[in-house]
Amino acid sequence: MSKILIIAEHNGSELNPSTAKTVACAAEIDGAEVHVAVLAANAAAIASAAAEVDGVNKVLTIERSENEHPLAAVLAPQIVAMADAYSHIFGPSTTFGKDLMPHVAALLGVNQISDIMSVTGSHTFKRPVYAGNAIVTVSAATDATVVATVRTASFSAAGGGNSAPIEAADSNADIPSHTRFVSLQSGKTDRPDLQTAAKVVSGGRGVGSSENFGIIYALADKLGAGVGASRAAVDAGYVPNEMQVGQTGKIIAPDLYIAIGISGAIQHLTGIKDAGTIVAINKDEEAPIFEVADIGLVGDLFQIIPELTDAL
Amino acid sequence: MDKILVGLKRVVDYNVRVRVKSDGSGVDTDGVKMSINPFDEIALEEALRIKERGDASEVIVMSIGSGEAQQQLRTGLAMGADRAILVQTDAAIEPLGCARIFKAMIDKEGDVGLVLLGKQAIDDDNSQTGQMLAAIWGRPQATFASEVVLDGDKARVTREVDIGLETIEVDLPAVVTTDLRLNEPRYVKLPDIMKAKKKPLDEVPVAELGIDAGPAIEATAYEPPTERGRGVMVDDVAGLITALQDKGLV
Ligand SMILES: Cc1cc2nc3c(=O)[nH]c(=O)nc-3n(C[C@H](O)[C@H](O)[C@H](O)COP(=O)(O)OP(=O)(O)OC[C@H]3O[C@@H](n4cnc5c(N)ncnc54)[C@H](O)[C@@H]3O)c2cc1C
Repeated sequence: MSKILIIAEHNGSELNPSTAKTVACAAEIDGAEVHVAVLAANAAAIASAAAEVDGVNKVLTIERSENEHPLAAVLAPQIVAMADAYSHIFGPSTTFGKDLMPHVAALLGVNQISDIMSVTGSHTFKRPVYAGNAIVTVSAATDATVVATVRTASFSAAGGGNSAPIEAADSNADIPSHTRFVSLQSGKTDRPDLQTAAKVVSGGRGVGSSENFGIIYALADKLGAGVGASRAAVDAGYVPNEMQVGQTGKIIAPDLYIAIGISGAIQHLTGIKDAGTIVAINKDEEAPIFEVADIGLVGDLFQIIPELTDAL
Repeated sequence: MDKILVGLKRVVDYNVRVRVKSDGSGVDTDGVKMSINPFDEIALEEALRIKERGDASEVIVMSIGSGEAQQQLRTGLAMGADRAILVQTDAAIEPLGCARIFKAMIDKEGDVGLVLLGKQAIDDDNSQTGQMLAAIWGRPQATFASEVVLDGDKARVTREVDIGLETIEVDLPAVVTTDLRLNEPRYVKLPDIMKAKKKPLDEVPVAELGIDAGPAIEATAYEPPTERGRGVMVDDVAGLITALQDKGLV
């Protein structure tokens, strides 16, 4: 029988929605028993949120002051100390999970599966490669721990209403001091989070400047949408890096995605393949974005976007 | 520091749209343009800048793969690396095996102060090797770097994370994996290509290193992704709003 340990992602006080999506993936493995590990400086609030997630059988907490910031070198030895009891160890395929899980896998001496998008069996999964241009079925050895990250855009978050037991796990694993947190610069906004928003409006190089991005924000606010961007818009300094959508940015699956002044390079499309409806607004009717758009409108964004915002 | 070791993977060029073979055995790479993984090129550029500032004495580029990867190593030498190592194997090596190969070469070289790798290779999109190397080497990892500042036996690295930019401090030696905004790699000039031909490129057969690649994760079948079709075109904002209303989205 599969016994799965999921490493909770959090910001020190709140559980990240990526955790409930990772639980949803684990729950697709037949007969799985699912435990969630909360490694934090203060775990109580995060652990009670994790205990509410449907499909979770138990929440384990490890409280250590060193766990205040999620450093892979610090967290991994504590996870490895728990690993013996589990057949699988999963984390979300966010920057948190991508940083941590391969480190855990290597300490356990196993290879890791990145970006599970669907579950075929307890040791067989599908994952995207080549920027999503191919999907590969992979099989892990049944006599070794399966360590994996879960592509969160492929799973809807498991529901709430559960009340799994919470237990403190003891961990006196040795932790290295060679890696230290210094600071976090985070552009906190009141807008919906890009990774979980039901609607996302994104701007590309065509928007032209950070001032011009004002019209993108105005439309997003009218729609109650999160805001994203192409790599070109981030590289040009119009918006901060955490807004990049794509192969090397965020992979998202909103119900509505509006791409404005974005050409539709494969690296960008990888990030939006699972969106419900894609709308493209671009002045070039040949732009590749129109090949994947459900609704396309050819024209100048500087006319269309203010007009659209007013009309809504 | 003495040496910086940089990984260069030979991958299908990022402009190529790969196709799955009709029998599902893999993707078609016949006659397809191959390049240095873009993130690795950024890693090499960073190493060269560190050396040019006088903070390192030698930049070594290393690839694990078939003899064809010599092309990418020669390009790396033309960019400015001092010498190259090809760990030769015709088999596909998974990230744990790669990390163990890097570790073996670090031990062999001695005095490696920094290992710079791309944050992911754009073929397998795994994003694992750097983290695995740090784990088995017992040294710090700083992944997804957008800025690296060296300060004696420490480095301050700014990392692109989902919620913004995180800065960490690591003791050296360390493993750093690069994100896209760390730098813009230089172009190779013709005279440099000529010069690169004379730089040393050592070949090490993988068998010589005695690496245990760990339990394999087997790729059993490849399939194309479900394609999204072309939808409808609307003429104006009113048409767009109607189309969105029809889908219940506004
Ligand atoms: C290794 C690697 C990883 C990458 N990862 C990512 C990634 O994660 N995400 C990502 O997005 N990209 C990524 N890229 C970059 C990608 O290849 C493209 O370069 C990028 O997506 C282009 O951004 P863009 O569409 O905004 O710019 P462009 O391709 O320059 O397109 C701008 C578009 O705006 C339109 N436009 C201009 N003015 C107007 C106007 N007034 N009104 C309407 N339309 C207008 C133009 O017609 C054009 O189609 C990656 C590249 C590499 C090599």
